[in-house]
Amino acid sequence: MSVPVLSIRNLHITFESPLGDLHAVRGVDFDVSTGELLGVVGESGSGKSVTFLAAMGLLPSRAKISGSVVLDGEELIGACPRRLRSVRGRLLSMIFQDPLSALNPVHRVGDQISEMLQSHQKISNRAAGMKSVELLDLVGIPQPDDRAMQYPHEFSGGMRQRVVIAMAIANNPKVLIADEPTTALDVTVQAQILEVIQRVQEKFGTAVVLITHDLGVIARVASRVSVMYAGRNVEKGEVDAIFDHSSHPYTRGLLNSLPREGTERLEPIKGFPPNMLRPPSGCSFSARCQFALPECSVELPQLRQFGDLETACIRAEDIFVAGAQTR
Amino acid sequence: MRSSRIIHIGCCAFADYGTVRGQSVGAKASELFLAAQKIAWLGTDDIGRDIYSRLIYGIRVSLIIGLASAIISVAVGCVVGAVAGFRGGLFDDVVMRITDLFLAFPFLVALLVVRNMLGALSWLSPIIGNSGSIRFIIFLLAIFGWMGVARIVRGQVLSLKEREFIEASRAVGASRRYIILRHLLPNSIGPIMVALTFSVVGAIIGEATLSFFGYGPQAGAGTTSLGLLVGAAKGAVQTGFWWMAVFPCAALVIISLCINFIGDALRDATDPRLEMGQ
Amino acid sequence: MLRYVVRRIAWAIPTLLLVTFLVYVALRLGTNPVNSYLRSNPRASAEKIAQYKELNGLGSNYVTGYWGWLKHYVTLDWPRSIKGSREVLPALKDALANSLRLGAAATVVGVVIGLGIGVFAALRPGGRRDVTVNTAAFIGISIPPYISAILLQLLFAVYWSRWFGHTLFPTSGVYPPGHSGFNAVLMAKHMALPMIVVAIQIIAVYSRYMRSSLLDVMNSDYMRTARSKGISESQILIRHGMRNALIPVVTIAALDVGSIVGGLIITENIFDYPGMGLYFLRAFNDGDFPLMMPWMVLIVASILLFNLIADVTYAWLDPRIRLE
Repeated sequence: MSVPVLSIRNLHITFESPLGDLHAVRGVDFDVSTGELLGVVGESGSGKSVTFLAAMGLLPSRAKISGSVVLDGEELIGACPRRLRSVRGRLLSMIFQDPLSALNPVHRVGDQISEMLQSHQKISNRAAGMKSVELLDLVGIPQPDDRAMQYPHEFSGGMRQRVVIAMAIANNPKVLIADEPTTALDVTVQAQILEVIQRVQEKFGTAVVLITHDLGVIARVASRVSVMYAGRNVEKGEVDAIFDHSSHPYTRGLLNSLPREGTERLEPIKGFPPNMLRPPSGCSFSARCQFALPECSVELPQLRQFGDLETACIRAEDIFVAGAQTR
Repeated sequence: MRSSRIIHIGCCAFADYGTVRGQSVGAKASELFLAAQKIAWLGTDDIGRDIYSRLIYGIRVSLIIGLASAIISVAVGCVVGAVAGFRGGLFDDVVMRITDLFLAFPFLVALLVVRNMLGALSWLSPIIGNSGSIRFIIFLLAIFGWMGVARIVRGQVLSLKEREFIEASRAVGASRRYIILRHLLPNSIGPIMVALTFSVVGAIIGEATLSFFGYGPQAGAGTTSLGLLVGAAKGAVQTGFWWMAVFPCAALVIISLCINFIGDALRDATDPRLEMGQ
Repeated sequence: MLRYVVRRIAWAIPTLLLVTFLVYVALRLGTNPVNSYLRSNPRASAEKIAQYKELNGLGSNYVTGYWGWLKHYVTLDWPRSIKGSREVLPALKDALANSLRLGAAATVVGVVIGLGIGVFAALRPGGRRDVTVNTAAFIGISIPPYISAILLQLLFAVYWSRWFGHTLFPTSGVYPPGHSGFNAVLMAKHMALPMIVVAIQIIAVYSRYMRSSLLDVMNSDYMRTARSKGISESQILIRHGMRNALIPVVTIAALDVGSIVGGLIITENIFDYPGMGLYFLRAFNDGDFPLMMPWMVLIVASILLFNLIADVTYAWLDPRIRLE
């Protein structure tokens, strides 16, 4: 295992609000290495996006952040804004969910990519323009020199997301964070976008963090997976291991709710995600967990090594066995 | 803070108590042009009338004109706007062009010209009064007021028209009139209320402007309005009797401020984009 | 786009005709031109009266009358004012020049300050300066221009000289009475007060528009993308924020001309400033038909022109809009 290029340790994020403190992220750890694609899975409100927005320094000032985010040996939490701006877009890039609103409607597409280039490199307008066309070609936009002169609304959803990807990789960043890049797109287009991301990764060796709630996407492209729930890591491991013998009730619940061949009834996870203004003591999943014991509500379970997975459940063994029965 | 302002306006509307001197009390030479003092709280004007009392009466008249014409504007504007928005087509086009043109024209110019025009149509006087009366002013201002309301209502109807509950109504066979009256208008109460408040302010200021130039309600025995008071003060400015101008001006500003406040608050309260409700 | 402009201009002509016809009817009905003429010229001969009627198209019915007027108007054979037989065109030109100067100065000052304040407030929404700006703008809107005009006049005409011994800003006319020739400083001094009055109105409206437009823009997703590119805050504000926020503001600006003219009328009246506003009021009060009609035509034409400018500017600024 090579040294991770992005390392997040014990990250806590709290938002001050008129209704109280919202504990969005409660001590998470992540590692991503060069050339690796880490999938981060969780539902809305699990804190997965917020974690990486914090790494980028894009959270509003009312967010209280503590912990460590080390990118290529450099600590980002607490770094001065100037330094963060220099890192953003150059070493660390992010793409977001809705490609239409992510692009400025009044600027040409080529110009928006050139802007990314020129903010971090000293190159002329002309050179930037040519590089933009190259990038558009790389992400699979046909007739890139014509298309570079067009405006975002003249592109379809999938095309726009390709443009966004081209923009994000313009400066060959070490890490690319993709926050639900395919959620707003059709299924067929989803596959194309994932393929573009993989192609980019192969070509440049970029480390990719793919945030999603869609396990199908994870299965397709991720090499490692980290599952988040209520602001904490609940399970981590290689993708095959997770899909085959996950040992956390939440991940199992997610896997079971996927329709599969032979499924007769869909099995949702009962209950609702907890209120992060007043997180429950102990395991935050216990209220919805069929394996819950009284001890679960007492203490927050920590991630521990369980075979080839890391799981935050005191009953991992039982979950494993229960899972084996349905395999 | 807001409720106290509403109370303030309310008091002015019931102006019968609190006035120290009546309107038509004869002038006494020693009482001309007095500054604020005990027998006349805000001073006296050029023929010895107490400004405070005149102010209260004037505010009452202005408020009546404002409210009355705003109510008419809103009534007409709602109907026209809803029908135009809902039916679309030629009616909508024509209404929009007319309102566009009128609204683009300098307000005062249009007001003056239409005023004279209406005054000259003698067959209208039995209905709306002669051109010096308050009734006339109310109608005149209402004619301009409905257009702004119609646009707002039309916009609201256009956005509601495509919603599912309207489609459902149609699918069940509801008539157009039913849909407009029972679904579209009640759901537009927010913007309509806002339009109402701004119509009131517009009417009050419109009346004040007209009176300023001498085209407002003619000062008969005892009638006065804020605009007339300010207009009469124009001459006073040069001679330095500041109270004649400042108090009516201040009253006008405070009243329009209050009503604007109410309108703004209403708009915020009914704006669907705000997450916190009221 | 050129085709669009040409088509709009082509449409403007029948619109102009229709509207001027309506204006003609309204004025003829409302101001009773013949009576007004007789009032101002009680000893006019029958021949002169007939000539007046003919030049102004005040013949038998409205349609032929209008047609008669139109013929004279288009051939620049304009009748003279009923008061003292002044020529209309020079008077109109002077008034226009004065008002344009005043309006342009007020607009430039008002828009620059207004937009600036709006941006200033939007950068820290909900903060102290935002609340202050909002309240101030609110009060500004609630004060009709003639109130501020009167108050300012009071302040400067009476009290300033009383307190300070000299007149800083004169309160009437373009030049002091009896002055001839061109003097920029004097002109500026005389224009200062009316300009401030009109500018206050403009500032109040535009600061609110700019603030809300910029706030909307700042909260959009592409701003987040811009930040994630790592460009500086000022670049983000100007290149991304302002560029988008200005679009709705600009369109409203061009359409707002009517209200600026309205404010001008009142302000010019109070400050005795001989511009388009005062011109109209005097003509209206006298019932001076020959003076009023050309004025109306000019106003309508400018409204149509500004509408067109607004639409074209909007399409130019926002590539999502395509004019058909």
